[in-house]
This record gives sequence, C-alpha cells and structure tokens, in this order.
Amino acid sequence: MIQHLLDGILVGSILSLGAIGLTLVMHTLRFANFSHAELLSVGAYAALVFDGLFGAFYSQLRSTIEPLSLTWSLILAILFAMIVTGLSAILIDKLVFRRIREKGDELSMVFASFGVAMVVRNLISLLFGLKSQLFSNDIAFAIVISRDPMILVKPDQVFVLIASLLVMLLFHLVLSRTTFGYALQAVAENPVLAQITGVNLSRMFRMIWLIGGSLAALSGIFYGLNNQINPVIGRDLVLPIFAATIAGGIGSVYGAVLGGFLVGIASNLALMILPSGYSPAVPFLIILGVLILRPNGILGEARA
Amino acid sequence: MIGLISYLVFFATVSSILAIAVLGLNLQWGNTGLFNGGVAAFFGAGAYGLILLGGTVQADHIGGFELFYPVALVGGILLSGLIALVVGMLTIRLRRDYLAIATFGVAVAFENLMRNAEWLSGGAQGMRGFERPFEDSIADPFVFNIIFFCFSVLLLLGVYLFLEKLIRSPFGRLLRAIREDEVAAKSLGKAPNRVRLTAFVVGSMIMGLAGGLYATFYAFVSPQDVLPTLTFQIWAMLIVGGSGNNQGGILGAFLIWAAWTASGWMLSKFAPIEAQLYTGTLQYIMIGMIIVGMLLWRPQGLLPEKLIVSQ
Repeated sequence: MIQHLLDGILVGSILSLGAIGLTLVMHTLRFANFSHAELLSVGAYAALVFDGLFGAFYSQLRSTIEPLSLTWSLILAILFAMIVTGLSAILIDKLVFRRIREKGDELSMVFASFGVAMVVRNLISLLFGLKSQLFSNDIAFAIVISRDPMILVKPDQVFVLIASLLVMLLFHLVLSRTTFGYALQAVAENPVLAQITGVNLSRMFRMIWLIGGSLAALSGIFYGLNNQINPVIGRDLVLPIFAATIAGGIGSVYGAVLGGFLVGIASNLALMILPSGYSPAVPFLIILGVLILRPNGILGEARA
Repeated sequence: MIGLISYLVFFATVSSILAIAVLGLNLQWGNTGLFNGGVAAFFGAGAYGLILLGGTVQADHIGGFELFYPVALVGGILLSGLIALVVGMLTIRLRRDYLAIATFGVAVAFENLMRNAEWLSGGAQGMRGFERPFEDSIADPFVFNIIFFCFSVLLLLGVYLFLEKLIRSPFGRLLRAIREDEVAAKSLGKAPNRVRLTAFVVGSMIMGLAGGLYATFYAFVSPQDVLPTLTFQIWAMLIVGGSGNNQGGILGAFLIWAAWTASGWMLSKFAPIEAQLYTGTLQYIMIGMIIVGMLLWRPQGLLPEKLIVSQ
C-alpha cells in the first residue's frame, strides 16, 4: 500500500510536468492537443543524444553523481533537451497549428494534432529504432526503507521527485510574482483583453509553447530515467496527461499539478485491485469519474 | 486473372466496409461538428458484439449464443449505440474537445479490456468460431466472396441513401444550423445537445454496422483490429474525401485504403530487408503527412460539402 502510494506520487510528479504545458495550450489556444505527449518523447531522445555528445567530448562529465545513476553530462543534456524541445514545439506551431488557427477552426486543430503526433512518433522510431534504450546501463540499486511492509526507493526517484517539485515551485513563483507571469495569466483568461492592455499575443503564444515544451521534455526525461526510453512514450502517456488536465480543470496550472498527482496515485493504487494489464484504462475511468462528479475539474471554471 | 479479380474483390469489400464507417463519422463530424476520437471502439463494439452473439460455443470465454445472423449484427450495432449514448450523455454538454478526449479514452479502454478480459473476448488471441451465413451452402470461396462483396456494397448504398435523405430532412437542416450557429438554433426553441446526442449515437451505430461486417468477412476479431490506428485511418479517409460530403467520404475510403495497401505492398516488394521492420512506421508518416497537408492546403477535401437548400 505505502509502496504503491510512493510510486504513485513519483509518477504523479512526472505527469504534472506534462500536464502543465498541456493545460496552458488547451486554455490559451483552445484545442485539445493530442501531440503534446509526443514532446515528452522528443525531450527524452534529445537528452539521450546530448548526453552521448557531452560524454564523448568531455569524458570527465561521464562520472556519476553518487548515489544517483545520473551523470554530469546528463544534467547538462537535460537543460539542452528542454530548450530543443521548447523550440520544436514553437516550430510545430509555426508549421502547422498557427496556419490552421488562422483559418479559424478549433476542432480542425485537434485533428491536425492527431496527424502531428503520428508523424513525430514515427519519425522518432525511424531515427532511433523501435527498441527501448536507457540513459544508464548501470543497475541502480534501490534503498530499503522498511522491511515490513517492504518499501523500496531508488535514489534517482527521490531526485526526480525533488527536481519536479522545485521546477513547479519555480514556475509558481514566475506566475505569481513577475509581470511576465501576470501577462501569461491574462492571456489564458482572455486573449483579446490581454492584447488591448499591451500584451504581445504572438510572443506570449511562443512563450507558452516554449514553457510547455520544456516542461514536457523534463517530464519525458524523468519518465525515461524511471522506466526506459522508447518511441511510444507519447502514446502511453497521452491519456494519463489528458486525465490529469481534465481532473485539475483545463486552464488551471495548479489544477494540472494536482491532477497529475491524483492520476499517478490512483493508477498505482488501482494496481492493488486490478491486474496490471488494465492500468492503461485507469486514466479513462478517472476522466469518466471527473466528468460525472465535477465536469469542470477540481480547480477549473465553466467555460463554453 | 482469377487471382487478380479475387484480389480486387477482396480490396473492394474491405474498402466498402470502411466506407460505411466513414459515413458514420461524416454524420458526426461533417454534418454535426462532433469530434469522435474513438472510432475504433464503436467499430470494435459492432465486431465483438456480432461474434459474441452469433458465434459458436467456445471453451475459454463466454458467448457462443449462435443467434440468427441479422439479430447478432443488430446486437453489435446496439452495443455501439449504447457506448455512444453513455459517453455522449456525459460529454456533449461540455467543452467541445471533451468529447474528443473522452472518445479517445473509450477506444484505449475498449482495446485494453478486449486484450485483457479473456473470459469475455478471448484476450489477445481474439475471438474465433464464427460461422459465416451460407458459407456451407456456397462451396466455392470465390463465389462466396463475390456475394459477400455485393452484400457489403448493398449495405453501403443503403447507409448512403439513408444519410442523404437524413441530411435533406428537417433534422439534417437542424444539424447544420446547430453546427453553424448554436445560439441562433437555441433561440428558435431547439435543443442542440439532444440533437447532437442523437447524431452522435446514430453515427456510432453506423460504425458498429461496419465493424459487424468486418468481423463477418474475416470470421474473426482480435484487439489488433481495434487499435487507435483504425480511428486515424477512418479520419484520413473523411478528410481527404471531403467532410460533409457523403460521396467524398466513400471516395476517400477507397483512395486511402488503396494508398495504404499499395504502399505496404511496394515496401514489402522493393524496400531492403532491414527497412521491412519499419513498413508500418513509414506508412503512418505518409498518412500523417497527407492529413496535415490536406488540413493546410485543401481543408474542404477532394469533394467539398455541397450547400443543400431543402424545401
């Protein structure tokens, strides 16, 4: 029970990072972006490439940071991967979404995002192969916290949880303490009104993709660190991230964080009563539950 | 020669069955503006429903009621309609993209349930033991396939005529009115959500019919038949053909299915062995590009929607 809870909190922190970007995009650009989860894969693979590059050029970076399995080169690679993923999100918007947005149909964007997801996911398979890969081939030993009940935690997991929480805290400070944060909230609330007060809308949209993309990259890398990296990360996580967004209420960043933890914990606790084969269906049950009990999410507001 | 004809019959049968599903989607998206991200689930409910009700007794899972074929087919269709009713009632009154996410979730959950619930669906092995009607009395499989092809085309025609009549009726006018301007429709005393729900359920039942025919044709259904890929293919057919235009939908079904099978055949014939593993990958990239390209440069499709002035 406690083991499941701990695992759930960890998965929850990863989902929260992914859901923050999705909720921002869904609220400001007003479409359900099915390709958002593919940014997680982009991030994970970008980190893999940068990690290899840095490690090859500066061999002293390959030393691990005890007791983690992380290397200094991976830490550096994470930063680069976040930037690259953010930029690819902007690029995708420029190439596809912005043009369709200008034609005015929101639901066509939903469908375009299906197409983009398909293309991105399969390009990744083509470039990196269908096989799963790992950031580190060293076996990371778990630390036994208690024997009865048996509770195991890997140092990497603790790092992932703390890092996610710190990033979310940082984002919270940006949102609530800076002019940029106010502008972002204003755009999310009412784009036209925000524009009247002097906010540069297209710049804000680019920033939203940059933030959403880099948080998604972080989420994908942490997922890869915790499990493994393969081209179907996006396919496997798209529904849990949507569930987190809906549960939290679309447009609410804090809701997305809450939703992420809710989905992560619920999916792991569900393993106690359901065979593990059913776990991909749990996010759907959460979506149904939320729609029945609280259609606008925990922290969301009604909007047509 | 006979080989080529029998292949063409096979191709045309599958295309016609998929075209029926495209027509169902066209009612939802083209005429009503409802985004169904889980076509595979409604198609699959028809397929699984048919074999469950109409198949022979199997040792490892329930079913095998051996019902009369039309009854089993209708049973599958009703199952699709039931799922659509539940999902629709929960989501249609909310933000429009909630339906997209919820239906996408239905498809994931449906495939997951069929893959895992061995007592219900035979699990990953799928369901066998379905005896196709008249298969015993028609000895020649070639003749059987031609007759089944005619049966599928007849049903496709029936669905087409039904939908053409529907969109020219007052109900069809109401659908377009709601799609174009919901507030105006409301001000005239119409109930948009009820009308939308009706269109959603009817469209899903048409997909269920397509699924039932598909399962009849193969006398088999497995989770491989209800992957999200199917949803994507059906959507590509509608967008390429022209959403809002039933003839376009049928045209799109044949074109995309031809492109899909031809590209698979060419890759298996000419691509180097190492690339064979990536056949599916390349096909998905191709279809993804087609869709995004269509949305960017010809969003109305090959045959655009015709404006109907009904009297």
